[in-house]
Amino acid sequence: MAKTIVPIGPYHPLQEEPEFFTLTVDGEKIIDIDVRVGYNHRGIEKLSESKTFDQSTFVIERICGICSTSHPFAYTRAVEDIIPMEVPERAKFIRTIIAEGERIHSHLLWLGLAGHFLGYNTVYMWAWKLREEILDAMEILSGNRQNYAMFKPGGVRRDIKAEDIPVVLKKIDSIIPTAVMLKKAVIDDPVLHARTKGVGILTKENAINYSALGPTARASGVARDLRKNCPYGAYDRMEWDMIVTENGDVFDKVVVRVLELFESIKIIKWCLNNLPKGEIDAKIKDIPPGEGIGHIEAPRGETFHYVRSDGTNRPARHKVRAPTFMNLPTYKATILGQTLSDATIILAAIDPCYCCTERVAVRNIKGKKLLHGEDLVRMSQQKTELLRKKMGVK
Amino acid sequence: MNREETLEGIKDKFKDDIIEVFDKSATRVYIEIKPEALVRVANYAFYDLEARFGIASGVDTREHIEILYHFIQEEVNLIISLRVKLPKDKPEIDSLAPSFEAANWIEREIHELLGVNFRGHPDLRRLLLPDAWPQGVYPLRRDYKEWDKKAIRDRGV
Repeated sequence: MAKTIVPIGPYHPLQEEPEFFTLTVDGEKIIDIDVRVGYNHRGIEKLSESKTFDQSTFVIERICGICSTSHPFAYTRAVEDIIPMEVPERAKFIRTIIAEGERIHSHLLWLGLAGHFLGYNTVYMWAWKLREEILDAMEILSGNRQNYAMFKPGGVRRDIKAEDIPVVLKKIDSIIPTAVMLKKAVIDDPVLHARTKGVGILTKENAINYSALGPTARASGVARDLRKNCPYGAYDRMEWDMIVTENGDVFDKVVVRVLELFESIKIIKWCLNNLPKGEIDAKIKDIPPGEGIGHIEAPRGETFHYVRSDGTNRPARHKVRAPTFMNLPTYKATILGQTLSDATIILAAIDPCYCCTERVAVRNIKGKKLLHGEDLVRMSQQKTELLRKKMGVK
Repeated sequence: MNREETLEGIKDKFKDDIIEVFDKSATRVYIEIKPEALVRVANYAFYDLEARFGIASGVDTREHIEILYHFIQEEVNLIISLRVKLPKDKPEIDSLAPSFEAANWIEREIHELLGVNFRGHPDLRRLLLPDAWPQGVYPLRRDYKEWDKKAIRDRGV
């Protein structure tokens, strides 16, 4: 059979992010792939050189809407590494809480999208409903659902109030039963097994050769997690498990992420219960010439920042490496020999970074009208009725 | 293998290739090596020390084009950064992409943003810049004039 080229993108019908895949297929089977990126290249590394060390924190927070904590976290660690210095205990705990909250909502977002790509929209609805609760908890802690703006070189910008802690703990406890149900629904579902088991396998050798990161590597049996191996923040204070599975297929990537949800919940709860008292900011005066590296375990893997200072108040060079940069090339190892119908889920399995920060709860403070989930459901039903009448559909 | 053994091992094995070792802190080491020794030192770090290739970062320091190859040894919590300094008039170095796939994309990126030629790279196409971007204009070089939009347009963008 003749070879056919199937182009996907750069405007993807499902994914928010512009990427261009050229799949070469022989019948149903994919025999070659080429990935083009760069449609969203914003020159942030260059931009960062024209901002002060404090301003850069906000610029790089906007690299990604989902990893909005991991970039400032890695960047502030890089700046602190130039000096070098340690941030106050309380700031370490607050940073850990924010970073884990981000991991939960990011994994839930991916889980929902993965369900959606497979045509399993129940998972999509449930996962995103659960994610709302976490975003609300993050709003209580930081004032924002996304782009928390909590980080600054030397500490954090905003303290966690003592009266907020029980509210957040209650919110987190309330999602556990739903999360357990979701875990069972995903891990025991026969349809999901059929669609994802043995699909898009990344072998351990390839995971190491491509230096894959995060859940993508851990699903292939590579036991690498910076939170365990190169502890930072407060991760070395409490008991938690690194989730590693062996098979490297899409199913194992789902399992790793679902189980990590529970570890993150554990870490957040421990941190909130054991939050030490004290300063939240070490108040850095000036940054000496030198270079620093900051790396943290983001939801998708290691985020790596390299900052060079020449003694002025601006970085002389700022290199940003997001985890997807290392994970994307693994497509060449995972997709060859697979069928075209599995391509969407294999391409989605590494959790390429989407930007999605829309609000769902509608709040109208002026008219004192508050819409809840039930109201939104009712409104949507009314709208459907209206459409039905309008179009004459019974 | 602990931190000291790792460092002694590198220093001992590549004593003729190392120019300077900067032991910055408990978890960070910067080793400046001769550019021609890069592939063997990098292979030793990746395969013998089983370090993960984190990333490479290029910088134009006015005197040189400097590339840092960051290897992360998670088991001992150590980042080994190999530093090479290349002459500005003809920045060229052997590619690491044939040794391990992880270096493939970042070399393409440094190639287009800083104009470094990686000898032996299997596929030095553009990665981030658009196809219409003029040849020989490197945005991360010090002499790049970002405000001179007209000059870039005149070259055919």
